[in-house]
Amino acid sequence: MLDTDFNPVIRVHGLCNRFGAQVVHENLDMEVRQNEIFGVVGGSGTGKSVLLRSILGLHQQDAGTVQLYGREVRSLAAEDRSAMVQSFGVTFQNGALISSLNVAQNIQLPLREHYSLSEKTLDELAEMNLLMVGLTPDAAAKYPSQLSGGMIKRAALARALALQPQLLFLDEPTAGLDPISAAAFDELLLYLHAQLRLTVVMITHDLDTLFRTCSRVGVIVDGRMISDTLDGMMLNTQPWIHAYFHGPRARAVEARG
Amino acid sequence: MQLHGDWSLSAAPLIEAQLHALPTKPRGSVTCDWSEAEHPGIGTAWMLLTRLIDLGVAPADIKHVGSAPHYLALLQKLGQERHAARTGRLGAPTLEGVVGGLGFWAVVQGRHARGVVEFFGRIVMVFAEAFKRPAALRGSSLVRHMYETGITAIPIVSLIAFLISVIVAYLGAQQLSRFGADIFVVDLVTIAVLREMGVLLTAIIVAGRSGSAFAAEIGVMQLNEETDALRAMGINPIEVLVLPRVLALVLVLPGLTVIADAMGLAGGCLLSLVNLHIPLPQFISRMQESLAPTTFWSGLIKAPVFALLIAIVGTYRGMEVRDSARELGRLTTVAVVQSIFFVILADAVFAVLFVQIDF
Repeated sequence: MLDTDFNPVIRVHGLCNRFGAQVVHENLDMEVRQNEIFGVVGGSGTGKSVLLRSILGLHQQDAGTVQLYGREVRSLAAEDRSAMVQSFGVTFQNGALISSLNVAQNIQLPLREHYSLSEKTLDELAEMNLLMVGLTPDAAAKYPSQLSGGMIKRAALARALALQPQLLFLDEPTAGLDPISAAAFDELLLYLHAQLRLTVVMITHDLDTLFRTCSRVGVIVDGRMISDTLDGMMLNTQPWIHAYFHGPRARAVEARG
Repeated sequence: MQLHGDWSLSAAPLIEAQLHALPTKPRGSVTCDWSEAEHPGIGTAWMLLTRLIDLGVAPADIKHVGSAPHYLALLQKLGQERHAARTGRLGAPTLEGVVGGLGFWAVVQGRHARGVVEFFGRIVMVFAEAFKRPAALRGSSLVRHMYETGITAIPIVSLIAFLISVIVAYLGAQQLSRFGADIFVVDLVTIAVLREMGVLLTAIIVAGRSGSAFAAEIGVMQLNEETDALRAMGINPIEVLVLPRVLALVLVLPGLTVIADAMGLAGGCLLSLVNLHIPLPQFISRMQESLAPTTFWSGLIKAPVFALLIAIVGTYRGMEVRDSARELGRLTTVAVVQSIFFVILADAVFAVLFVQIDF
C-alpha cells in the first residue's frame, strides 16, 4: 500500500542522464514537499522533460535514485506500480489527447482501465472533471482536433485528474496559450490546488505562471538543480539564474506584480 | 443520511445501486454523515451529490457533517454549475435517420468521385507545366521513389512470380498429362504469365507495398500540417509530393513486370524440366511457337495504367487524411483495397478490349 501522505513526495538523489557523449544531468538532487507547487525551470535542452520522464519511470536513468512517496519508482512490483501510476496525473506538452476518442472518452479512458464502472457513472464522472477544469459539458462530445489550444490544455488536465490523483505533473501547461487563457489557467490551477490539496510539479517557461503560482522553483543549471523560493531565486548570483530572473521579461512581470 | 463502508471509486457500482434505491421525494434538507465512510473519493461524493440534486434537493440544502472530505465545497459549486445538457447519447435509428444517412452517403460518394477527377486534373496540369519548367519534375525525389517502389520490390516480386508460376505449371501438368498433352504446359505457362499473371501479380504486390506507403507518408504530413506549410511557402504539394510518386511508379512498374515475366517463365521452365522432363531447348522452341507477336506487349502495356491507378488512389487517400490517427489508418486501408480493386477492374476491361480488337 502506498503512503500518499509521505513527505517529501518526490525525492531525486544523484540523478545522472547521458545521451552518448552529451551529459544532461550530473548528480541532480530534487525534493518536492506535500502540497506545494514546484516549478522546474531551465534553458532549452537542459533536460527538463528528461527529468520528468525519469521521475515518471518512462526513462531509465544512468545513475541515481528517484523516490515517490519514499518508494523507488523503477524497482516496484507490478501491483505497486499500478497503484503508483494511479496516484499521479500527468499532462503532456501538446495535450497528448487520444485523437480518435472524444473528450469524454479521453477522460473515461483511465477510469475504464482501472475500475469497472457503469456507463452512467462514467458519464457523470466525465462531467464532473469537465466542470472542474472549467469546460462546459457540450465539450464532452468534441474530438481533440475540434478544440482550441486552451481547451486542449484543460481537457488534458481533466484527464490527468480523472483518477483523483494527489500529485500532478504538468509539462508546459501554458505554452502556446494567449495571455488571457494562460492567466485563466493559472487561476484554475491555484483554485484546484487549494480545493483538492494537490502537490504540483510544473515545467514552465512562462514567467507569469511561475510568479503567480509557484511556491518553490528548481532551476537546472549545468546538469544540477538549484531549488529555492522565488524570493531566494531573485537574490541568487549564479549567472544564468540572475539572467533569467532579472532579464527584460522578468522585470516586466515584476513591475506588474 | 448515514454513510457507511467503502466510499472509494472501486465501490462505485455498489454505491450507484444504493443511490438508485433512494426514496424519490425527500423533503427539506438532507444531512450526510461522513463519519463512518472509509476512503471517501471525490468521484463517489459527486455521484451522491448529483443523485440528490436529481431527486429534487437544492444544492444549498445538502449539509455535510462528520469529517466530511475537504473537496465538498468544490463539488457543491460544480453541482450548481451543472448543466441540464448531458453528454449526448445516440437513440435507436429511425426510418428518417436511415434514409437521411443513405442520402448523406450518396452525396459524400459523389463528392469523392468529383474529388478524384479534380485531383487527376491537377496532376496533369502540374505534369504539363513540367514541360515548360523541367525543375518541376523534382529529379532527386523521383529517383528516390523509383528506388523505394521499384528496386526494393524486386526480390518479393521475383519470388512470388516464380512460385505462382510453378504452382500453375504443376496444376496444369497434372490435368494435361491425362490426355498425354504434357507439352502444352509450356503454352499454358507462357501465355498465362506474359498476358496476365506477371503484370497482375506485380501490380497487386506494389499496391500493397507502395500504395499503402504513399497514403501513410502523405497522411502523416497532413496531420503535421506539413502540406499546409508547403502551400504557405508557395510550393505546390501536388508537385513535390504527388507527381514524383506517380511518375516513379509509372516508370518502374513496367520494369518490375518484365522481371516478373522472366521469373515466371523460369519457374515454368524449371517445373517442366523436373516434373515433365522437357529439356530446356525444347521448352524454348515450344515457347516461341506458342507466342503471338503481341503476347508480351499485351501484358506490358497494362503496367503503366495499373501504376497510374495505384499511385493516384494512394496519394489521393493520403491527401484526404484529416484530424486523427484513426483516419490515417482507415484511409491507408482504403487506399490498398481500392487500388487492388481498380487494378482488377482495369484488367477485366483490358481483357474484353483485347479480345474485341484481336490484340
